[in-house]
Amino acid sequence: MKSLKAIFSSLLDSLRDLLPIIVVIGFFQLVILQQPIPNFGEILTGIIFVVIGLTLFVQGLNMGLFPIGESMAYAFASKGSLTWLLLFAFALGFGTTVAEPALIAVAKEAATVAAIGNMIENSEQSMNAYAFGLRITVAVSVGFAIVIGVFRILKGWPIQYLIIGGYIGVVIMTVFAPKEIIGIAYDSGGVTTSTITVPLVTALGVGLASSIKGRNPMIDGFGLIAFASLTPMIFVMAYGMVV
Amino acid sequence: MQLIIDLLLTIAATIWDVLPIAIIIFGFQLLVLRRPIPNLRKIVAGFILVLLGLGFFLEGLEAALFPLGKLMAQQLTDPAFITAGNTSGIIEWSDYKWVYLFAFAIGFATTIAEPSLLAVAIKANQVSAGSIGVWGLRIAVAIGVAIGIALGVYRIVTGTPLYWYIITGYVFVVIQTLYAPRMIIALAYDSGGVTTSTVTVPLVAALGLGLSTTVPGRNPLLDGFGLIAFASLFPIMSVMAYAQLSEWQARRSKQPPN
Repeated sequence: MKSLKAIFSSLLDSLRDLLPIIVVIGFFQLVILQQPIPNFGEILTGIIFVVIGLTLFVQGLNMGLFPIGESMAYAFASKGSLTWLLLFAFALGFGTTVAEPALIAVAKEAATVAAIGNMIENSEQSMNAYAFGLRITVAVSVGFAIVIGVFRILKGWPIQYLIIGGYIGVVIMTVFAPKEIIGIAYDSGGVTTSTITVPLVTALGVGLASSIKGRNPMIDGFGLIAFASLTPMIFVMAYGMVV
Repeated sequence: MQLIIDLLLTIAATIWDVLPIAIIIFGFQLLVLRRPIPNLRKIVAGFILVLLGLGFFLEGLEAALFPLGKLMAQQLTDPAFITAGNTSGIIEWSDYKWVYLFAFAIGFATTIAEPSLLAVAIKANQVSAGSIGVWGLRIAVAIGVAIGIALGVYRIVTGTPLYWYIITGYVFVVIQTLYAPRMIIALAYDSGGVTTSTVTVPLVAALGLGLSTTVPGRNPLLDGFGLIAFASLFPIMSVMAYAQLSEWQARRSKQPPN
């Protein structure tokens, strides 16, 4: 009985999370565009799906993704092998990014832009090669970002110096990169971190910071995602300059 | 029936996306760490719930909200809608008022529904022992995304270079970092990256594409990009502002009344 109540209240929470979108879309459709809502039944089913999905996701988060991320962080900390930890960090960053659907879509668009801007040959083959190269570049840059981020947690360096250094890198690259690539490069920082990567990486960072003496999980544990959204910008502009 | 087939396909695609992550985790666990995973059953069940949840979530968005939201982005940026009530025939940046409002509102609303932000907010709430509220953080991020996307839309309408805005934003972030409470800095930087995910990206991309196709003189391939960059920069500022504001409030309430 009690668990039934818990399920009901978490469904209600999910509905509340979704409410703003429903209100915004409803308001613009009915009041501003003054059009009826099409396929009302389908939309209602969709909303029910989204609510169920969000509820299951949050349950799974607390049961699966958070505990595994943290228990691996503790295990690596007690094993004490820096090489393996950094290798794991790279694999996690690279592996979660290379197959990311949002990245695949962005890489494809970037190849189109490059072909129209005469940066590469306008053929199917060279566009595919360009898109694939870009994907690998971004995945390597995210792997690299997680490695730096983990290393920072171990050393306890203040995050702002590294991030500000990264900003300076972005600004310098912007001056030299081809104009066509800048918009894509700036966007690529945001699209790399997926819904499954974020909780895992966050749990890893917080777990590491809590298992190392002298680190504060709040100050040192967060920040991995920040690196993962900064390095792709620099790497993609570099890719645009080289290719 | 079609819906169920689509749902199964989406779940299959999600499993395919998660496969590399699962291989890395279990590979390192078995080959490098060589110790049994504590509560393995519970963790596997958790993974299955996450997969099912994302499947339902994406399929529901695809069936209900994305088609309508994307259509809306097209209709709102349609020149016929923009010039309605304008008799001079010249389109000014202020004629796009509904587009700015839509950008602001949809940026806010999609961020509140973003599962990865919810995950980070739950974690931050646990780690900070409750001093960072789940809703406080989410609303702070959502306001940042809303302002960012509205400004990004203004940039597409006026055709000003993207890097002016982003570099100015960086300068603000650096200055704010000097004054923000230390414990919020890493979380604020993180919140820039987590906001743009499953819900926000498709709708915002549709808005950018719609605008850059219909505004005279814009090229969708060059000007359609950049909204995501705005959406990942502004939450950094709004989250630091949220922390500064709560610190200021706490200090004021501690002061004895005169």
